[in-house]
Amino acid sequence: MKVTLKVWRQKNRNSSGSFKTYESPELNGNMSFLEMLDVVNEQLATRGEEPIAFDHDCREGICGTCSLVIDGKPHGPHKGIATCQTYMRSFKDGDEIVVEPFRAKAFPLIKDLVCDRKSFDRIQHAGGFITVRTGAAPDANSIPVPKPDADLAMDAAQCIGCGACVAACKNASAMLFVAAKISHLGLMPQGQPERYKRAKAMVDQMDEEGFGACTVTGSCEAVCPKEISLDFIARMNRDYGVALLRGDPKTIKGGGAG
Amino acid sequence: MATLNSNIPSGPLAEKWEHHKFYTKLINPANKRKYKIIVVGAGLAGASASATLAELGYEVHNFVFHDSPRRAHSVAAQGGINAAKNYQNDGDSVHRLFYDTIKGGDFRAREANVHRLAEVSVNIIDQCAAQGVPFAREYGGVLDNLSFGGAQVSRTFYARGQTGQQLLLGAYSALNRNIANGGVKSYTHAEMLDLVVVDGHAKGIIVRNLQTGEITRHNGDAVVLATGGYGNVYNLSTYARGANVTAGWRAYKRGACFGNPCYTQIHPTCIPVSGDYQSKLTLMSESLRNDGRVWVPKRKEDCGKKPADIAEGDRDYYLERMYSAFGNLAPRDIASRAAKTVCDEGRGVGETGLGVYLDFSAAIQRLGESKVRERYGNLFAMYQEITNENAYQTPMRIYPAVHYTMGGLWVDYNLMSNVPGLFVLGEANFSDHGANRLGASALMQGLSDGYFVLPATISGYLAGQNPGKRPTTDTGSFKEAEENVQTLTKRMLGNKGKRTPNSFHKELGKLMWEHCGMARNEASLQKGIKAIGALREEYWNNVSVLGESNDWNQSLERAGRIADFIELGELMCRDALMREESCGGHFREEYQYTPDDPETKQGLVNPGDVKRRDDQFAFVAGWEYAGAADKAPILNKEPLVYEEVKMSTRSYK
Amino acid sequence: MNIVDRIWNSSLGKKYLMALTGGALFVFLIGHLVGNLQVFGPPELINGYAHFLKSKPLLLWGARLGLLACVALHIASAVTLAQLNAAARPQPYATPGAYGASKASQYMLPTGIVIASFIVYHLAHFTALLPGVNGVGDFSKLTTTLHGETVPDVYAMMVLGLQVKWVCAFYLVAQALLFMHLSHGLAAMFQSLGFRDHVWWPRIECFAKAASIALLIGYSIIPVAICLKLVGSDYVERKKYDLKAANPQPAPAFVAAQGKEAK
Repeated sequence: MKVTLKVWRQKNRNSSGSFKTYESPELNGNMSFLEMLDVVNEQLATRGEEPIAFDHDCREGICGTCSLVIDGKPHGPHKGIATCQTYMRSFKDGDEIVVEPFRAKAFPLIKDLVCDRKSFDRIQHAGGFITVRTGAAPDANSIPVPKPDADLAMDAAQCIGCGACVAACKNASAMLFVAAKISHLGLMPQGQPERYKRAKAMVDQMDEEGFGACTVTGSCEAVCPKEISLDFIARMNRDYGVALLRGDPKTIKGGGAG
Repeated sequence: MATLNSNIPSGPLAEKWEHHKFYTKLINPANKRKYKIIVVGAGLAGASASATLAELGYEVHNFVFHDSPRRAHSVAAQGGINAAKNYQNDGDSVHRLFYDTIKGGDFRAREANVHRLAEVSVNIIDQCAAQGVPFAREYGGVLDNLSFGGAQVSRTFYARGQTGQQLLLGAYSALNRNIANGGVKSYTHAEMLDLVVVDGHAKGIIVRNLQTGEITRHNGDAVVLATGGYGNVYNLSTYARGANVTAGWRAYKRGACFGNPCYTQIHPTCIPVSGDYQSKLTLMSESLRNDGRVWVPKRKEDCGKKPADIAEGDRDYYLERMYSAFGNLAPRDIASRAAKTVCDEGRGVGETGLGVYLDFSAAIQRLGESKVRERYGNLFAMYQEITNENAYQTPMRIYPAVHYTMGGLWVDYNLMSNVPGLFVLGEANFSDHGANRLGASALMQGLSDGYFVLPATISGYLAGQNPGKRPTTDTGSFKEAEENVQTLTKRMLGNKGKRTPNSFHKELGKLMWEHCGMARNEASLQKGIKAIGALREEYWNNVSVLGESNDWNQSLERAGRIADFIELGELMCRDALMREESCGGHFREEYQYTPDDPETKQGLVNPGDVKRRDDQFAFVAGWEYAGAADKAPILNKEPLVYEEVKMSTRSYK
Repeated sequence: MNIVDRIWNSSLGKKYLMALTGGALFVFLIGHLVGNLQVFGPPELINGYAHFLKSKPLLLWGARLGLLACVALHIASAVTLAQLNAAARPQPYATPGAYGASKASQYMLPTGIVIASFIVYHLAHFTALLPGVNGVGDFSKLTTTLHGETVPDVYAMMVLGLQVKWVCAFYLVAQALLFMHLSHGLAAMFQSLGFRDHVWWPRIECFAKAASIALLIGYSIIPVAICLKLVGSDYVERKKYDLKAANPQPAPAFVAAQGKEAK
């Protein structure tokens, strides 16, 4: 099979980009989408043209590095998988495939199909953790975690941080990502002491980064490679609401050990 | 010649670590903040070390080439993490975990290191649970366990099939907390390209910003490498595409010894290569062999036929034939080697001829499809996604693939390399798995090194360094190292060659697989060394790297990493050639048990099993760079002294 | 920061406002529909209801101001959030995006804008009684006598107003868009306020669909029935209102007769 690729090419974040069309060499349906790009890139490089830059790493759907909006859908045509798990047999001989980068103000473009998702890290810095020093932990079985809670937390925790939710959302909202993080920690008993503070801090940082707001369209859930549920957004909304009503904690004056 | 002093503390095995911690010098809290520690990598080892060192009060600078510390390849580990908690009351103990690991490593690991690993394993689980890692739970709320290969107890903790991801996110969250409070400064898209050695001590690194191409110098009182394994030297492996040896290799070129580079683990149940375009191999859980039967056609001529058209009598269930006791559950290394043997005979299946069938028809007949679906449904779905074949109707095709490297930079008991001030953690070091790693032990080692070992041992080194007196980045060594990096970059970009870096990587991978793969022999290794040497020559004459140095340039990144892989490949072959014995993942065809050996007759081993030669090879090979890629490296030996355990024949019968 | 700032300065805070004001407006829609459906009864029914409301100015103006505040807050949050959302993706995709999103969810702002302009028209039409907008004449001239008092003939006003075909058409378009807006908004309201989990979400969606369909039917049958002259056409013909005349004088005998019939 052969396909025609319409790919976004952009030299760097300061220059403007445009679509370029490439004819693929003969392909095999068992190639992954990224392997197809490898093959096209080898062809470009042999011709002396700079290869198409795209992000990828583990190529087994867990690291969250690969991105790409393929024919309008982040991570390609199938549900519940990442671009790296998309295979060429999902396309037909002669198809024209439009490949775009993830687009959002908070994901500035670096080059071609590569964007910078550090805003996700900064949201995590704001509160995506449980404060516990190494060595300060009690025995792991001293705090029982109800199985349904652990399972639900795991549903949220499996987020791979790829940013497809943002890419798919018509508002470029990061609510699903942030909700997954807040819900994971907020569901665990160990996460209770910082539950509301965490929700407040992470949502505020999300706003700070310039993501849009949620209009509950469900695109995020529909493209999420881990099929993370919108239920978690509701959970986050509850926690954030409590934090809003409570306001800032009382500040302690003075103190210190004698 | 380098000196490889293991610095194993004296005293009884079980007390060494406690004693060592007590006798290791401490640094007072006010002085700690005057020490700056560079940590490269943020996988389990790097993230946990960065976070913990920052909590202790050191100034930590963390570097990753990824866009985020959360993407390190630890994230891909599926199975679980071992810990000697004995929550199952099935007779587990620190000593049992220690013994299983030493034996699993075919008696080629250090006793003291492994015992320490087993001791701190219990703290790791506590730590991770406290961080909110959603481990699998029983209905009562306590932690659930699985059993894993190479052990008779259930000691593996897990979080669905994504244990590595969850543990990494735990370590990443600890890292985040310390980034937020200023304890760690995080550099992302920052690739270490050289180690700076000042007066014999590691005092800094040279880093390229992958977004802007800017080369910067970073000084520190100590440098910690937690940069993962080097299985991508084979090009095709279960590693992430970005995983590379560059940080470790550049340190090697600055004098750090490379330990046991030839120890590679090859996993028997991966989805086979489907074509030359392939970039990545996917692991299928080993548990499939519980119900699947492995076979190939008896005759070469049948290989092209559909499996259903091959009569029962024309099938060779070779594992059942060759290892009647274990059958399809033969240990990993044996199953891998047997698959290679039948494929080498021309009886492999699939387009490339490199595959064997894993057939579930008997299990489906016996248990019914719904039961099989219940047990392995997700794996069958994954298989179908990748191959477009329905394994309920036609047998799966599997083939072994590289997925872990036990070798790495040599370190002593303190995890410090022979270059003072250079520490190496996790898969990047050679230490705890000997010649073969047991399942669910990699996560344990990474976190043990990062959370508990390094933070306790690094003060021993730092106490000898004057606080606040680290060399500044304008000294000669920094300048020289930066120039070295610039020269290399210019050389790659200026080369007017014809071949892409990837084409060299593919060729290297094939050479490595052929000459230094699952089974090795003297003649083939010698051929491999020659061929890889020639490839190295050609690389520098004929590689073409497009783009610019001051921009995002994936070709340039890869070109540098592949150059290092080529040199490493040569070293691996040399190590494999030197080690005239078989042990764990290192199988030299010349050294295997024959039916006439007494051990075979006693029923301890099967013919064809690996045969160690403890009298001559009970040592760690620490290879030292001889100053140029074409000069033969120098072999240093650290003898393995066993005080507690008797090196015995590794038998799982 | 005080709570007002905290709410207004966060995207989620504004979503709460959207949801709460939307919820209040939904409750009003139900009440308003119940009131309006009285048009299917005898004229005195709805005229009496209207008169009752007018006779309680505190209640009426309280409700009006409350509703106005809700509408204002709903719109203000919507507009500011829409600006935020637009800014979040400066460069659009070349391919149609919004994978998996319903049309209703994608077009909340356009449907909202049409509904808002409908509200303005509706107020001008039947509350402010601006003569220029109804295509008929001066509705303030429509009065009738109820229990001896001269009161506005709301019944006749509705009938005459909605018999105008283009007015009826606009009302129907607005109802269709309101249905669209509610079919998404009613469920999203629960989501924004955090009332959702895997058990309740299907129920909430079901409720949202049912309620928005009920409102669509309820609100549409009024203009349809009037426009098709199924309701009130004989009444207004008999009344022979002259909306152009200076001082309309209803025939007292006729009113009395009507009153008897109603009893």
